[in-house]
Amino acid sequence: MLHPVTTTHYLVLSAALLAIGTIGVLARRNIVVILMAIELILNAVNINLIAFSRHLGHVHGQVFAIFVITVAVAEAAVGLGILIALFRTRATVQADEINLLKW
Amino acid sequence: MSEFYTSVDHFALVPALMLALFGCAVLLFDFFVFPAPRQRKWLILFLALGIGFAALGLVRQYMFLSSEGLAEFTAFRGALTIDGFAIFFNGIFLAASLIVALVSYRYLEIEGEHHGEYYGLILLANCGMYFLATGTDLVTLFVGLELMAVCFYIMVGFLRFDKRSNEAAIKYLLLGAFSSGFLAYGFSVMYGLAGSTRLGDITAALAARSAWDPLVFLALATTAVGLFFKVSVVPFHMWAPDAYEGAPTTVTAYLSVASKAASFAFLVRIFLGPLISAREVWQPLLAAVAVATLTVGNLAAVTQTNVKRLLAYSSISHAGYVLLGLVAGNPTGIKGIAVYLLVYTFMNLGAFLVLVALRRRDILGEELEDLSGLMHKSPVHAVLMLIFLLSLAGIPPTAGFIAKYYIFWALIQAREYVLAAIAAAYVAVAIYYYFRIVRSMFVSEAADREPLASSFGLRLALGVTGLLTVAIGVYPEPWLALAQNSVLLR
Repeated sequence: MLHPVTTTHYLVLSAALLAIGTIGVLARRNIVVILMAIELILNAVNINLIAFSRHLGHVHGQVFAIFVITVAVAEAAVGLGILIALFRTRATVQADEINLLKW
Repeated sequence: MSEFYTSVDHFALVPALMLALFGCAVLLFDFFVFPAPRQRKWLILFLALGIGFAALGLVRQYMFLSSEGLAEFTAFRGALTIDGFAIFFNGIFLAASLIVALVSYRYLEIEGEHHGEYYGLILLANCGMYFLATGTDLVTLFVGLELMAVCFYIMVGFLRFDKRSNEAAIKYLLLGAFSSGFLAYGFSVMYGLAGSTRLGDITAALAARSAWDPLVFLALATTAVGLFFKVSVVPFHMWAPDAYEGAPTTVTAYLSVASKAASFAFLVRIFLGPLISAREVWQPLLAAVAVATLTVGNLAAVTQTNVKRLLAYSSISHAGYVLLGLVAGNPTGIKGIAVYLLVYTFMNLGAFLVLVALRRRDILGEELEDLSGLMHKSPVHAVLMLIFLLSLAGIPPTAGFIAKYYIFWALIQAREYVLAAIAAAYVAVAIYYYFRIVRSMFVSEAADREPLASSFGLRLALGVTGLLTVAIGVYPEPWLALAQNSVLLR
């Protein structure tokens, strides 16, 4: 027998996505992959918001999620733009090769 | 005016509307009316107009509050709250935007990247800050934060063909977006706990739970990580020195004061709003973070040879002092935060403006040796820099002393004697590295004979910041009254 999917399941999924995204940001070296990991984190947020929204039975969370999606797109667009500018002057997208500025 | 957009809503929104409208107008005018590079300085006039109208809106809000004897009024069903706190911080942002725009014209021409979008971005970033200071709804705050942050990502990478600027922008963007993700996660948990995105409802919902409730702790931890990144405190400060060093100096100046002040306004709203019931959890945490920030910021600044980077570490340590005001948590502490950020805005802007003046063709002017012999070459700049550095170090009679005084006083009132002693000890370290710059300026021989860059805007901005840094220190009463007004409401 299948168990129904509860809000807790969604929250666990969201927490797992947050963890995967965080590890992706910290461990991967390719900037495009890091940007994708950041998208994962923001989608974890969206799942959280939608799950709570369904659980609570009102739409605030869904509206918030739409704003988060919009913001994620804006960040990705600017991020890729900056990455292209960087690639033109450096010919690399590896985070560990971008080391002109030192602590 | 309908029930969804009442006249009160409009009244609360006017400054942001003006900033957004003029921001878009600058972008359009840049494209259609002033296509020639020589005409772009007229865009500053537009920017000044936009800021003027926004300031007028703020003044009218202030008059309304004081004439009605109200502490605050809300708009958009509680999504925006106009109170003394919001008006005070918005005043700081507008002043910083105007000063930065005034000095950017000459600097960006020298860099060969003078584009009209720059002024549009300043206005739009300022619009985001407006919502950070006035927003009392998670969605408003998040969108405001991102509006500001995205504008800053672009401005930090504004020198498209400069490797350092590119690198600074990508580092800032990656860590900024990462921290925004954490912040949004914290917000989503808060929403789940309260079933509402209004800060007032969330405060009530969190107060009904134990401070050590795991979900409350999750919300606190993720939100705090996001906020700590934004105000660049240890251990989330790594982006700041890189972003500050690589960005165009005018943007560094703007980033270090306006973005920091806005993020602190946001942080104070969240910590003293929804998270107030978990105070016993975050107070020791914040104290530890503040001490770590003071330690890393001050000790790392000692060995720097690049002045922009040195000022970056010094601004990290200033963030530590501001956090201490929140740790004390009493009215004096909150007033101290307001005063500190006001004073910090002018003194730090001023210090960066001197670096802007040092940037000439073929001379980057940001290494310590570029400042050497400044006294012989341009005594006015040297004396102004001395004033700013004295103020940054917190030596009377400059404004920096008043700022630090309130933070220390708040700590003593809260019986946090150890923290006060540690904070005072780091002032000595700070004096050491600020005086490395002073010694270089006054004792060493000049490195080059090239005169400093100058323009009407630069002279005006240096004059205003210098004057205010001294004036707030010598005659602080009116400024303290302003700050006092911003705290009454908590």
